[in-house]
Parts: sequence; structure tokens; C-alpha cells
Amino acid sequence: MSDFEYANAPESKAIANIAPNYGLFIGGKFVDPKKGKSFSTINPATEELLSKVGYGDKSDIDAAVRSARAAYTKIWSKMPAKERGKYLYRIARIMQERAREFAVVETLDNGKPIRESRDTDIPLAAAHFFYHAGWADKLEYAGFGSKPKPLGVVGQIIPWNFPLLMLAWKIAPALAAGNTVVLKPAETTPLTALLFAEVCQQAGLPDGVVNIVTGDGITGAALVNHPDINKVAFTGSTEVGKAIARSISATKKSATLELGGKAANLVFEDAAIDEAVEGIINGIFFNQGHVCCAGSRLIIQENVADEVLEKLKKRMSLIRVGDPMDKNTDLGAINSKEQLNKIEEISKTGDAEGANRWSPDVKLPTKGFWYPPTIFTGVTQSHRIAREEIFGPVLSVLTFRTPSEAIEKANNTMYGLSAGIWSDKGAKVLWAAKQLKAGVIWSNTFNKFDPASPFGGYKESGWGREGGRHGLAGYLASEAKVNK
Amino acid sequence: MVNIARTELDRIGGKSLPVAAVATAFPSGRASLAVKKIDTQDAIDAGANEIDMVIDRGAFLSGRIYDVFEEIRVIKEICGKKAHLKVILETGELVTYDNVRKASYLAMIAGADFIKTSTGKVAPAATAPVVLVMLEAVRDYFTLTGEKIGVKPAGGIRTTKDAIKQLVLVKETAGEQWLTPELFRIGASALLNDLLMQRMKLRTGHYASANYVTVD
Repeated sequence: MSDFEYANAPESKAIANIAPNYGLFIGGKFVDPKKGKSFSTINPATEELLSKVGYGDKSDIDAAVRSARAAYTKIWSKMPAKERGKYLYRIARIMQERAREFAVVETLDNGKPIRESRDTDIPLAAAHFFYHAGWADKLEYAGFGSKPKPLGVVGQIIPWNFPLLMLAWKIAPALAAGNTVVLKPAETTPLTALLFAEVCQQAGLPDGVVNIVTGDGITGAALVNHPDINKVAFTGSTEVGKAIARSISATKKSATLELGGKAANLVFEDAAIDEAVEGIINGIFFNQGHVCCAGSRLIIQENVADEVLEKLKKRMSLIRVGDPMDKNTDLGAINSKEQLNKIEEISKTGDAEGANRWSPDVKLPTKGFWYPPTIFTGVTQSHRIAREEIFGPVLSVLTFRTPSEAIEKANNTMYGLSAGIWSDKGAKVLWAAKQLKAGVIWSNTFNKFDPASPFGGYKESGWGREGGRHGLAGYLASEAKVNK
Repeated sequence: MVNIARTELDRIGGKSLPVAAVATAFPSGRASLAVKKIDTQDAIDAGANEIDMVIDRGAFLSGRIYDVFEEIRVIKEICGKKAHLKVILETGELVTYDNVRKASYLAMIAGADFIKTSTGKVAPAATAPVVLVMLEAVRDYFTLTGEKIGVKPAGGIRTTKDAIKQLVLVKETAGEQWLTPELFRIGASALLNDLLMQRMKLRTGHYASANYVTVD
């Protein structure tokens, strides 16, 4: 019994005008799919139908690529760079103006807490457009030669974990560099991309510069294999990333791939423990752990492990799980039944292989897809939960005795996307950062993103970088390599 | 003043209300230990039930940690069972969170019943991050010793909303067992006025001008 209960604080859905049906956004207009097929998108927190969206097949992809090619040849590649920049600024401002609407739709479609879509996803998405708008007319000073050229038509496929933010990571640099785009949103989270299509119309973006074709993996494969795209940009699983790499291997298409991760979060004995605990929580429970750079392997120095774990458990007991639309919610719904099954399957191997599971006492809603915040202690390097990406609110805890052992364990993975270091000693932080094989390393913080900072991984975590000057490189060609 | 407060309280039927007095060369804390001892003894003799002492920040910041510890210990000895001891850290002058944490531990080990952020004479005073650090300190001290030390943010908490934020900090950091006047208090007369105004609004449905509550 508590004297100090929090009241519900639900955000209103009234601002979200979700249409009952959406077509495909091709050539600046919403059009029906050629075969007339559609599929449902639901709210994962309630399993209620949100909308029916068009299912794009090969012929729709072809129409979208043609539209993007025409826009590239006739308009976008001829437009002065500063004019391109103006469109990007306009899009960024409209996204800010409609931020609340975007946040509500994102939370309804994805299941993430409104606090996160409101404070992280949408502001960062707008920030990416602002940042790249600034680059549009300064590309010749970016260090890619005096006359960097766009690639042409880019096929982009994005995941469901940060639907609008990943769209921004893809579309903003592509357009700034002068490319046109065909984008396929994730099957379970198409709505903010379709809202973004409305923003393109509102901004008066020339028809065909951005095309959005909703669908599933088959739609995505049709896009990757279309002969007239110059580049594939993909964020998603390593498995699909490998398939994409195979299918473009004999073509002139370039690719950037942002794939899985199994980040090590290293806590040294001299860390500020309370701060580290907050960072651990943020690292694994942010966005239900549906984060490719999530700090899913906690590696603690053995002499402080008990203290860290005790504090971590206390802190986990304070996580509020439930209605994503409630402004007090920390952990929302798992995005889909399929993902929930995957989390359950891999977590069960943790029990079977001898790790110890712990979750706070939480009441999960009966409808929708939910998983409690979970940690496994007594994990060894060989356990599946220490090797495979779970992509859910499940943390594997390991320990180390010496700094070199910490590095050895951290790097002993097929991934290398991100890592975290917790220590009050600067020299140790810099030393560890140098040893870690990961594209992004956070020191005494976690999950910090900025459009100016390149993001990407080593090994099976992907090819190339997104964001910053390095991210632009993936959308530009030196003169010798320009297509057509 | 302690005397006057005690007499007046008794006269109007507030015999059960304790009287708190600042002591130890408040607010600077810059006097000899002998003077501080007399100051404290004087307040207790006059009927004070609570002593708010200030630490010597000069000593703390120059590294004479043991002097600070010894002062608190001696004052606590004088308070004995007669008076409750609050130790004011004056966090606005300690500046860093590391210092706040260190001073909190120092005070608790030396015998403080309460640790308090500020004298009210220095800004910034009871900021949320400082209170968080102090709440973490009492929580950890409790884990280590089983002893519960109180926390009192003072200064800078002017609105009901600010106060609610502080209560959330307590609930989520030290825990609900700290949500009692024996372990958590907020010092701020400005807050009282805002609280009265909010209650008036709850009753009448609209805000009155600030002049409808007194400012003393």
C-alpha cells in the first residue's frame, strides 16, 4: 500500500488523424497499389486496427523507381544546391510544427512510450533534416573533392524500432546530396512514413523526389533488385543485410548497411555507480530494448558487481511498464507478436543454459504484446543470450577481473556497433575506447545521438556510417564513378 | 529569539511544537570551535529542540575534512538527547556533486540526524540534482548501517510543482519510507504561500492575485 501513487497521465489521441486507408506515395501522389492489395497495421499495445495500408509489389516498386529517376534527371539533379537545402529546411520546420501529431502516431503504431517519441524520435528526426539542409550547398567543402556528385536513385529500407527517425537518417542525407529516393518503411510501422509523405506534399517538394512504398520483405527485395537503383541503404537485421549484400554483389549498386549489435557496457570499479546504473537502464530498456546499439551485455568488474546488481534491481523495480500513451510510462509494448516470440525464444535458452533470470514484480497488460524488464546473471560468453541479439528488454550480465579481460570479452562477438565505458578515470576510458572494436563508444553515458555524429558498426554490424560528414560520403560519388 | 519563540508557542497552545535554532556561527560557519560550542549550548538552554548547524566550508574546501568532522561530532555531543541535529552543507558553496556526496557522508558518520542543503543565503540552493545526490547518500548509508538519516532541501523550492518534484525524487531514490516529516522536510516559506494559493484555486476554481496570501 502506498500513500504516494502516481495518477494516470495519458496523452490525447485526438491530434492523430489516421486515415482508414493509405495508398502508396509515388510521384507526389497517393496511388492505389496496382494489384489493389493492402495490409493492416495495428497498435501493438492494444491489438486494435489503426489503418489499412497499400501493399506494394514489384510493379509498384518499378513505378516508384521510374518516378524517382524522372525526378532525379529532370528536376532534382539540375536544381541549384541551395534550393535543395531550402526544401530540407521546410520539411524540418513542418516536422517540428507537427511534432505532437507525429509523436502520437509513432507511439500508437510502434508501442514505444510517448515520452520517448515526443522527446527523442521526433526532435531528432527534425534535427537530421536541419543538419543536412545545411550541407546541401556546402558539399564541395565537405572533403569529397571539388565537385562531389549524387549517386542517382537510392532504394532505402528502414526498420520498425525508430520508424520516423530511421526515415530521417535515410532521406535527409540522400536528398541533401542530390539523390532521389524510394523508401520502404517496415511492415509493422508504416504510418509516420505516410504522414511524412503528407509533409513532402505540404513542403511542395517536387513530385517523385521522395517515393514511399509500403509492404513487406518481398516489396523490399523488389526494391533491392530493381535494375535502375544506384544504391541500397538498409537498416535492419544482419540476416537480411547479408541477403542484400549477396543480391547486389554482381551489380554496380553501392550499399550502406546498418545491422545488428550486441553492445558491451563495461562498468569499472571506479565508476560512479549510481550514474552507471542509470546508464545501464537507459542502455537496455530505452525503446523496450528494440535498439540495435542497445547495451545488451553488461560486463561489470567483479569487485563491484554485487553493489551494481543490487542497485540495478532496485532501479528496475521503479520502471513503469504499461500504456505507451501515458506520459509516465518507461517501458511500452513490444512491437509485434513475432518479435515477442523471438524475445521469448532466446530468453528461454538463458534459463536452459544455466543463467539466472530476474524480473521485478510487474503487472503486464492482458492485451497487446508485452515483456517485463529482465536481467540474466551468471551468464557466460558461450550462452546464446550473450551472443545473439535479443532486441528486447533483456540484459545479460557478465563479470571481469582485469581491464584486459573486460576488453577481451567485450570484443568477443560477431558484432561491433556500440559500446559503453563507465569509469571516473579518464586515462582508463581512453585506453578502453581504443581497444574496443565498436563504431560508437559512449563514455559515462549511453544512447546519445546527434545528427553531426557518425553512426555505424564493425564486423557484422554493417557497412558505412550514417550521420555527420562520414554519412554524407555514402550518398556521394567522385566524378569518375558517377552513373549516367 | 529561541526564548521568545518557545514562550509564544506555549502561550498559544503549541507546547508540542519543537523550536529549531540555527547555531555555530550561522550562516558562514567561520568562528572558533569554542564560540560554536557556546552558541549551541545557548540555544539548547533557551529551549531549542533542534539545532541547525552549518559546516565550515572553508575547512572543507581546503581539505581539512577532519576538522569539519570533529566540529560536527562535538556539536552532536552537546545536542545529546536534548536536541535533534541538522547539518547544513551549503551545497551552493561546495559546487560539485562529488563534494556534496563527500560532505553528506562526513555529516552522517559524525552524527547528523538530518542533512540539509542550504542556509538560504547562498544560491544555487536545493536544486534537484543536489537533492538527488543527498538522497542517494542517505539511501546508501542506510544500506550500510541500517540507520535512517533525514534530508532537508531548503532554498529555491518556491512552487507546489517544485515541491512535488522533490517528493518524487524522495519516493524514487530513498524510497517511500522517507516520505515522512521525520525523514524529509522542505524548508521554504515562499512554498507555503504557493501551496495556499493552489488550495484556494482547488476550492474556488480560479487563481487569485498573489496578494491574497500573506508574504511573511
